[in-house]
Amino acid sequence: MSLSSSDVKRIAHLARIEVSDEEVEETLKKLSGILGLIEQMQAVDTTGIAPMSHSQEVNQRLREDVVTKTNQRELFQSLAPSVEDGLYLVPKVIE
Amino acid sequence: MQWEVVIGLETHTQLKTKSKIFSGASTAFGAEPNTQACEVSIALPGVLPVLNKEAVKCAIKFALAVDAEIAPRSIFARKNYFYPDLPKGYQISQYELPVVSKGTLRIQVADYEKTINITRAHLEEDAGKSLHETHEGMSGIDLNRAGTPLLEIVTEPDMRSAAEAVAYAKKLHELVQWIGICDGNMQEGSFRCDVNVSVRPKGTEKLGTRREIKNLNSFKYMQQAIEFETQWQIETLEDGGTIHQATVLFNPDTGETRAMRSKEEANDYRYFPDPDLLPLVITDKEIEIARSEMPELPEEMKTRFERSYHLSPYDAASLTSSRSVADYFLTTVDGCGGEPKLAANWVMGSVAAKLNEEGKSIGDSPVSPLQLAGLLKRIIDNTLSSKMAKEVFDGMWSGEGDADSIIEKRGLKQVTDIGAIEAIIDEVLAANAPMVGEWKAGKEKAFNALVGQAMKASKGKANPTQVNEILKKKLSAS
Repeated sequence: MSLSSSDVKRIAHLARIEVSDEEVEETLKKLSGILGLIEQMQAVDTTGIAPMSHSQEVNQRLREDVVTKTNQRELFQSLAPSVEDGLYLVPKVIE
Repeated sequence: MQWEVVIGLETHTQLKTKSKIFSGASTAFGAEPNTQACEVSIALPGVLPVLNKEAVKCAIKFALAVDAEIAPRSIFARKNYFYPDLPKGYQISQYELPVVSKGTLRIQVADYEKTINITRAHLEEDAGKSLHETHEGMSGIDLNRAGTPLLEIVTEPDMRSAAEAVAYAKKLHELVQWIGICDGNMQEGSFRCDVNVSVRPKGTEKLGTRREIKNLNSFKYMQQAIEFETQWQIETLEDGGTIHQATVLFNPDTGETRAMRSKEEANDYRYFPDPDLLPLVITDKEIEIARSEMPELPEEMKTRFERSYHLSPYDAASLTSSRSVADYFLTTVDGCGGEPKLAANWVMGSVAAKLNEEGKSIGDSPVSPLQLAGLLKRIIDNTLSSKMAKEVFDGMWSGEGDADSIIEKRGLKQVTDIGAIEAIIDEVLAANAPMVGEWKAGKEKAFNALVGQAMKASKGKANPTQVNEILKKKLSAS
């Protein structure tokens, strides 16, 4: 599978990462390298092998439905660039 | 051309757990912003999700209620999209292997029944809330809701009218409350519906292009939105236009649906299995535990009411239309010593009429089921005629106390003593010789007039059945 520079721009946009035109070429090279590795792996015959969703053969442990977290808003919000009235403020997302 | 509308629903039900689906933060509604947003809810680097046992049990209970398949092994996936109230940049959901699949829900629409197929139901986390109006040039983010467990229930495109879609949504709404997995509070967003609508020429198989009406949180709006959307699609096609797949919003003020600003690119969620979570395995033992905690389902209860209580299918359906009505009825039956038909008549008659009149739900009834049972006991033991019982009920409704104290206060004891009734009738017969003459001449009406006189003479307290019998006997003997 070959990747084009417009694919790179699209992926960057979906992740909201700014990639300049110069960076596009560099990123394209790196991503294509990763895809090359995957292509190699796909050459292996996997007929009859169930796809795995996790590398370990263990199951999800569940927690009891108990409230264990206390309010730490002040601590967490001390890390945020902008807060007001208890809300995290971000650049407006709708026009 | 005749058109046919095709509708499928996706419903987000907030599960009634104390803590979030992947963390120990509280899910209580209405807290101060971000006071229930722990490090997992706000997605600090390095935190890990740990699945809530109760959320899984809710999904199992739902599967049991709609006769669905429960996946012995299901996996969680990341649904990637960018929005500030989703701080991880992805929502943990289920994609390829949902926990529940292939269920059915039977609905009643006007005069017919129909089975709606449920494609799947999967566990996922809710996002936070964005407030766009409060801060100049900024959006405020409250992450209290982020991580609240949701069960997203998806149907096949099986519905063919707004009425069917609303009937399904109402039935589902009652069911999730009945089995105790969702509080059903639509104002607080605990039950939200997305409706997919498309139209096609009647008689054809191929589905038309659908538009999705997002986030409907009232049945009335759902009805209006589907009707408007259907009409709009038909008119667009008849005018030679084409329908483009889109997400639309319903505006309750105008009654119209309108496409959201069309995005440059279609959503590409790039689902992949979440490496932070292991496969969810559900054992038969866990299913049996959930089953043992299930209440009797509405359909089962309806059948029981018909068979053991000898209620009509209509009555049985009304009394099992919601858990609160069913509970009220059952408590009344138990309390009055088991007269289900009488209890049914009162719950669906006087109680329902009063509630309707005052726009109240049965949970707010000023007459509790045990108080109603107290009244029914006095009908059963013949203390009260049905007319007197109505009077006592009105008194109970306006807060005058329970049945016995009102009967006492107003001196409303029915006279059932045969001797006393005979004495009254003798007086009435003596004082109304002309009426007796009319009856003898064959005028049936005169009999009723005499009953009326006897009831009046007893100040309404004589047992009407006994008055009838005794009067008939005395007249025939004279």
